[in-house]
Amino acid sequence: MKKFIAMLMAAAMMMAMVACGNTASNNGGNNGSNNSGSADEGGSTDGTVVIRIGGIGPLTGGNAVYGVATQLGAQVAVDEINALGGPIQFEYNFQDDTGVAETAVSAYNTLKDWEADIIYGCTTTAPCVTVAAETFADRYFQLTPSASSTDVTEGKDNVFQMCFTDPNQGVTAADYISANSLGTKIGVIYNNGDAYSTGIAEAFIAHAAEIGLEVVATETYPSDSNTDYNVQLNACKDAGADLVFLPIYYTPASLILAQASAMGYAPTFFGADGMDGILTMEGFDASLAEGLMLMTPFNADATDDATVNFVESYKKLSGDVIPNQFAADGYDCIYAIYAALQNIDGLADMDHEALCEALIAAFTAEDFSVDGLTGSGMSWSTNGEISKDPVVVVIQDGAYVTM
Amino acid sequence: MSFLNNVITGISLGSIYAIIALGYTMVYGIAKMLNFAHGDVIMVGAYVCFFATGSFGLHPVAGVLLAMVVCTILGMVIEGLAYKPLRQAPSLAVLITAIGVSWFLQNSAQLLWGAAPKVFTPVVSGGLSIFGGQLNISYVTILTVASCLVIMAVLSAFIGKGKMGKAMRACSEDKGAAQLMGINVNSTISMTFAIGSALAAIAGVLMCSAYPTLMPTTGSLPGIKAFTAAVFGGIGSVPGAFVGGLLLGIIEIFAKAYISTDLSDAIVFLALIIVLLVKPSGLLGKYVPEKV
Repeated sequence: MKKFIAMLMAAAMMMAMVACGNTASNNGGNNGSNNSGSADEGGSTDGTVVIRIGGIGPLTGGNAVYGVATQLGAQVAVDEINALGGPIQFEYNFQDDTGVAETAVSAYNTLKDWEADIIYGCTTTAPCVTVAAETFADRYFQLTPSASSTDVTEGKDNVFQMCFTDPNQGVTAADYISANSLGTKIGVIYNNGDAYSTGIAEAFIAHAAEIGLEVVATETYPSDSNTDYNVQLNACKDAGADLVFLPIYYTPASLILAQASAMGYAPTFFGADGMDGILTMEGFDASLAEGLMLMTPFNADATDDATVNFVESYKKLSGDVIPNQFAADGYDCIYAIYAALQNIDGLADMDHEALCEALIAAFTAEDFSVDGLTGSGMSWSTNGEISKDPVVVVIQDGAYVTM
Repeated sequence: MSFLNNVITGISLGSIYAIIALGYTMVYGIAKMLNFAHGDVIMVGAYVCFFATGSFGLHPVAGVLLAMVVCTILGMVIEGLAYKPLRQAPSLAVLITAIGVSWFLQNSAQLLWGAAPKVFTPVVSGGLSIFGGQLNISYVTILTVASCLVIMAVLSAFIGKGKMGKAMRACSEDKGAAQLMGINVNSTISMTFAIGSALAAIAGVLMCSAYPTLMPTTGSLPGIKAFTAAVFGGIGSVPGAFVGGLLLGIIEIFAKAYISTDLSDAIVFLALIIVLLVKPSGLLGKYVPEKV
């Protein structure tokens, strides 16, 4: 027991030392006397300001596909902005959180030690909620490309989102289905082990009841590693659902589509933005997705210059992987930060706390809006939620067609 | 009719658990160690078959054979590098090592093949439609059940007869005594791993044919479920793995269909607890008293 207490004390002392070390090095950085000679803001003499962006997201594990997309999407933007050679230059460091909240906090601490000025991330909701609480207390500006729960931003003035909030998507989907009479009897299949999926589904069901859209079956499954959806599909089929709403990620959705096809059930399937990417799955039979509708802010097949350039640069970084909306959201995040930084005076003298306040003011300013890959005229409310138009696409002949 | 449909869904899920559980149970039965990396060897097998048939255009049968060869080699390498040095170590050390190997395989797979899920092309597609399309039994399910039965028969015959089988049973009973009798325990255990890994390759291909999403974490959850199935049926017992797998699949689907989709996993594990309380060695397991 004595030994245990001694160990505990030792651990506590270590923690205290590490904590002291942090403050010391931060102060050092601000006084310009940091012996590591790091290029903190105001560190260089030729008038350029170097802003350090610390990214967090899953680079390994089951959610790696989203984390890697946000990492590389932002990398494309950072490279472009740095190549401009303007007065604002970015340093970019992306840490792996494996999609786990505890790991995300250590990734965040690593970035603090690296003297990050702005936190970009996290990719997934649960880690983001945890990190957001930390950045709120420590006063770092945080912009997440894809963590869409309202829990991420609630009560935290420093956290902003590039994606739609989950309830917002659910409500929009219900309105869209009703306005276009896409279905009369609606089935919903969602992952009740996931905040994203549950958030959209609950808002959808609640709003459907308000606008008189009949939901005949609400089916759940516990995790995205679930493989068999026959029971859920049978329940929708037996209830006579002619439209099945799938507010889930595309990996389980691909199995649902295949299993529905095998059992000869062909309602209209309608997905949220997590469905984006289904066509990029290697080996996926695109005919299964024929007629599938989804809400996505980004279409990699679009022919405008911005998208074409982005897709090209992204493919160079990713080894020919086509960017999904996570990548596009990441790209827009960096440009939004860049746009906001340009509206701030006296960047060179700011530490991360001052920068946080200045960026909050810049993001919520009346006249601040950003045109990006995922929308034009994007603006933010004081609670951190974005306002941009949803785009519904339908898959025809293996490609997105905007509705 | 929906009841019969659920039975069929349960059997198709259960047959996947069963074929994975066969490998688990065989390795445990002989080497007395839980190879938690088994699920990840399955994933590697599926990837090999995916690339063999998809990228190199090989015939599915050739793809399966290639996957078996690669997995056999992989299994022997893992055994030689990670488990053999721990032959005398306590079983907990081996267990932790197995978990480490599992993580190593998952992350290597991600480095090699990326995190993005791939869609596996089933080795057999289509299904049997009966009662005017009311019931659908996919050929993959039939093939999986048939493979399970064949593997079971072959394994039982192999372990029950012949010199190698005798050596395996001897090692399983008492490693020390087996060695004194002139049996090469090390090579016998390596052989066990080789066979287990070849079975994993077959399981991987069949699993991904039934549920065609393939990513680095594909093997981990089915691996755990199959382990449960093996314990359910009596770990170490080859027919037990088959029965346990099928029952587990059917219980899971029934729990989803008639009780709650939220609680299905809880119900599956509750069933496991009840079985273990009533019959601690599993359904078909043999109770071996500890001799002091």
